[in-house]
Amino acid sequence: MAGSPVRKTALWLLLAVPVMFAFAVFAMPPLYDVFCEITGIGGKTSGPYVVDEAPAVDAERSVKVQFVTTNNGAMPWEFRAPVESVRVHPGESKRVAFHARNGTDRDMVAQAIPSVTPTSAAKYLQKTECFCFNRQPLQAGETAEMPVVFFVDPELPAAITTITLSYTLFDVTDRQAAEVAAVN
Amino acid sequence: MAHGPAKGIRRWLFATNHKDIGTMYLWFSFAMFLLGGFFAMVIRAELFEPGMQIVRPEFFNQMTTMHGLVMVFGAIMPVFVGLANWMIPMMIGAPDMALPRMNNLSFWILPFGFSLLASTLFMEGGGPNFGWTFYAPLSTTYAPSTVNFFIFGIHIIGASSIMGAINIVATILNLRAPGMTLMKMPLFVWTWLITAFLLIAVMPVLAGAVTMMLMDINFGTSFFDAAGGGDPVLFQHIFWFFGHPEVYIIIIPAFGVISAIIPTFSRKPLFGYSSMVYATAAIAFLSFIVWAHHMFTVGMPLAGELYFMYATMLIAVPTGVKVFNWVSTMFRGAMTFETPMLFAIAFVVLFTLGGFTGLMLAIAPADIQYHDSYFVVAHFHYVMVAGALFSSTAAVYYWLPKWCGRMYNETMGKVQFWISFIGFNITFFPQHFLGLAGMPRRYADYSLQFADWNMVSSIGAFIYGASQLLFLYNVISTIVAGKKVSEPKVWEGAEGLEWTVATPAPYHTFSTPPAVK
Amino acid sequence: MVSRAKRLVRGCIGLLAPALLLQAVAARAATEPQEGWGLLNMPKGVTSVSREIHDIHMVVLWICVWIGVAVFAVMFYSMFAHRKSRGHKPATFHESTSVELAWTIIPALILIVMAFPATRTLKELYDTSEADLDIKVTGYQWKWRYDYLGTDVGFMSELATSQDSVYGRAPKTEYYLEEVTEPVVIPVGKKVRFLITAADVIHAWWVPDLAVKRDAIPGFVNETWARADEPGIYRGRCAELCGKDHAFMPIVVNAVPEEEFNAWLAAKQADAAALRELTEKSFTLEELMAKGEEVYGRSCASCHGASGEGIPGAFPGLQGSAIALGPVADHLDVVVNGKPGTAMQAFGAQLSEVDLAAVITYERNAWGNQSEDNIVQPADVFQFKQAR
Repeated sequence: MAGSPVRKTALWLLLAVPVMFAFAVFAMPPLYDVFCEITGIGGKTSGPYVVDEAPAVDAERSVKVQFVTTNNGAMPWEFRAPVESVRVHPGESKRVAFHARNGTDRDMVAQAIPSVTPTSAAKYLQKTECFCFNRQPLQAGETAEMPVVFFVDPELPAAITTITLSYTLFDVTDRQAAEVAAVN
Repeated sequence: MAHGPAKGIRRWLFATNHKDIGTMYLWFSFAMFLLGGFFAMVIRAELFEPGMQIVRPEFFNQMTTMHGLVMVFGAIMPVFVGLANWMIPMMIGAPDMALPRMNNLSFWILPFGFSLLASTLFMEGGGPNFGWTFYAPLSTTYAPSTVNFFIFGIHIIGASSIMGAINIVATILNLRAPGMTLMKMPLFVWTWLITAFLLIAVMPVLAGAVTMMLMDINFGTSFFDAAGGGDPVLFQHIFWFFGHPEVYIIIIPAFGVISAIIPTFSRKPLFGYSSMVYATAAIAFLSFIVWAHHMFTVGMPLAGELYFMYATMLIAVPTGVKVFNWVSTMFRGAMTFETPMLFAIAFVVLFTLGGFTGLMLAIAPADIQYHDSYFVVAHFHYVMVAGALFSSTAAVYYWLPKWCGRMYNETMGKVQFWISFIGFNITFFPQHFLGLAGMPRRYADYSLQFADWNMVSSIGAFIYGASQLLFLYNVISTIVAGKKVSEPKVWEGAEGLEWTVATPAPYHTFSTPPAVK
Repeated sequence: MVSRAKRLVRGCIGLLAPALLLQAVAARAATEPQEGWGLLNMPKGVTSVSREIHDIHMVVLWICVWIGVAVFAVMFYSMFAHRKSRGHKPATFHESTSVELAWTIIPALILIVMAFPATRTLKELYDTSEADLDIKVTGYQWKWRYDYLGTDVGFMSELATSQDSVYGRAPKTEYYLEEVTEPVVIPVGKKVRFLITAADVIHAWWVPDLAVKRDAIPGFVNETWARADEPGIYRGRCAELCGKDHAFMPIVVNAVPEEEFNAWLAAKQADAAALRELTEKSFTLEELMAKGEEVYGRSCASCHGASGEGIPGAFPGLQGSAIALGPVADHLDVVVNGKPGTAMQAFGAQLSEVDLAAVITYERNAWGNQSEDNIVQPADVFQFKQAR
């Protein structure tokens, strides 16, 4: 009964299965990331910004950049911004050092995840240097100043007057250990 | 060719006959329906009044999760696969399904998948408790220890659906009797052809989603974990890219069933056959581009929000066409109201209500208030229960005489219909009020202003649940001792090849293809 | 023909009557407060956006109701008139291009009409600029934290209903499951921007009267806003399944006139200073036990059980546990710093020194637990935190 036309149809359909599976696993996450970067979904910011030429400072405008910090549930570190907010002119480079302290008796590793709101502002906040680009190890009881250097792109739409930059600190000690173990 | 079925258990274990496999699918789905229904009864019993009386919150969450999973993947999807197995070959004049051995496999892995899933309820750590939508990170970083069983269960169930779908497409495309052109196929066959394509397209995406979960949980990747640079919202996009077509997978075969029953009992051909086909295809296409309307509160950019709102509102157009067509089919017919017709008419009315609330939910700003409230619960139960379940109940009453050569008890059928209809509406209509008044879904307990309607809803649920036992009794007593019928055309107004074969349908039908005018 | 027309009219009236009744009920429901009839419909709320949403909701609802009435009028008329038992002979028509075209185009036009107000309101809802006050809202399993940005005011807001009340051992009071230890206070008439995030799983912050519902996503921050026009207490709930106690993390917003708000904020800042002073104070065992029982009840009991019995397979019991009977330093460590990879959060950042000392003391003395160092003072906690 299962003549060759049937087999042909079935094989074609069967082929669609790994294709769609691969689409979900290998294509959707990177597509989503690209999409996020373009549209600013989730307020995701891009990686280190390399300045070719210092942008012109627009002294006429000033934008409030507000800092928010959150500790993920099981993260015991002290983690805070030195100031609630700063005012910057678009194009002006600014350095802000966040305070972190590992108050436990364990050596730990943290990863800070940045997020910007309003989402439409995410692509205009450029970080040339950030503690969020790397994991941050702190020994038991150690304190650190963790800097971010950023500027606001002068192309920022005029309607946006406040940008909120949020960092959530995650404990990645176990993740790091597992990765090290996997490599060795 | 004319040999009969094998004897004993071998007939079922090694079944390759489409009717046997269809029967097994139908019984399996009914068993799952009772199991999922039992979970629903636990939920409604706990919600009967404020306070925790029967279960603890963590077990309540397992109940809502398992109720959703079992009903969607165990009851509704298999019941339509069962109907497809039984009816599609008979409707297109084929001797059997195109891939009978795969058909056997696709059924027999299902009980394993669900055993795996249900066994977690008895393990330490408990069953899945993160909702049938299993959003990360609740289902990954914060999942119970049994989550891997859930993932493998979903894999197995997905594989079964994919195999079933491939079989159905291969059958429809290759085994039609001469003269049975695509545009002559009964609408049930058409809806299943479209559904099967949807299944093949999105079940692998679901498999991908759970595989990524598996990797995140066990192998240190971070697709959905913000700590490693992933994004929990990505999970929701992938899930709903599967999930929205999935809800149409559930409802589209129901359209086919209703399009068979209404003309029969109106004694008049289906109105707008070709527009029905096009509307179904349009709904299926739209299902791929509207997924994020389930995510209006995650904080998408305004442009995304507007796009998904407009695209979703569009679905109302082809859906409306279908409802208008059914009503026009009834208009100026010569109607009788046997049990299948009663369920079909209830389907049209209640599914339309579910469609209306669907349109309301599509309006993004209003969805800010509806989202994840009982309004949504009411909406999708109007579509799933009054849509998919009512239509499959109608289908069983409609084709049962053809399957077993015996007529069900019409009075008992009508009584069951009215109890179901009333019980259903008592259960789910008040849930619109609860949602609008601010009660979120998946709540184990609630504040006092929601007490009255929750009690009404629970009473309705018990009534509806009891009516399904009557259904079971009616079906069994029909098979065992129903009045014999022998004319091929059981229903006066019925049209189509399945009504040209003997009643009860012989073990092998259309061994030689029929002539189709 | 006359009798047929009459029947048609009668049929229509029969169908219109319930629809009109429904309209009357809903119209009444819309104007009533959240009780009685008001519980049948979406609240109008107290912000411009919430009123617009309510209006859109009503317009769409009525369009749907009247389309439904029209369609089902035809259907029920036909079910009545075109029955075989009445001897009706079936017609044979089965298509009509013009009719089918009409019922494709007309609904599409109706949809376009609906889309206009929806788009306008959505744009307004997304405009978070020029806010007067920023409040950060953080979802935890299973409580909310509010931080007033630019001040050092921040606090946890937890369910105030007791476990006894939930499990039927105590009566349920008026605001059962709608009362919190501390409501979030906002000034009336001011645009308040809410920055919403989460510390563990996804939650959703929903206050119907403010028409605010936004997911709280770990690692990411969302924003939305509200300007309450009337003072009052507005109650909301978590709307995204977040685990065991999803139903037990309500939201209470207290909207007060601006002066009252300023006074409240000043008092909160003074409170924070006073609390720091209390850290120096030495408490008796009885004082600590009383305070500890209260803190335990709202922060610990939902996982570790009202009498420290835990939940087998999920959460460890504390009755006779090694932590509660062992060295104080270990006990402090697990409570203050949490336990990585488990649901045990780092409470050091969530509770004050006084609360921490009280709850640890309570755990070391309650339910028959008898540990050697049975009293922990706020100063001990403070020192523990500073020691490393």
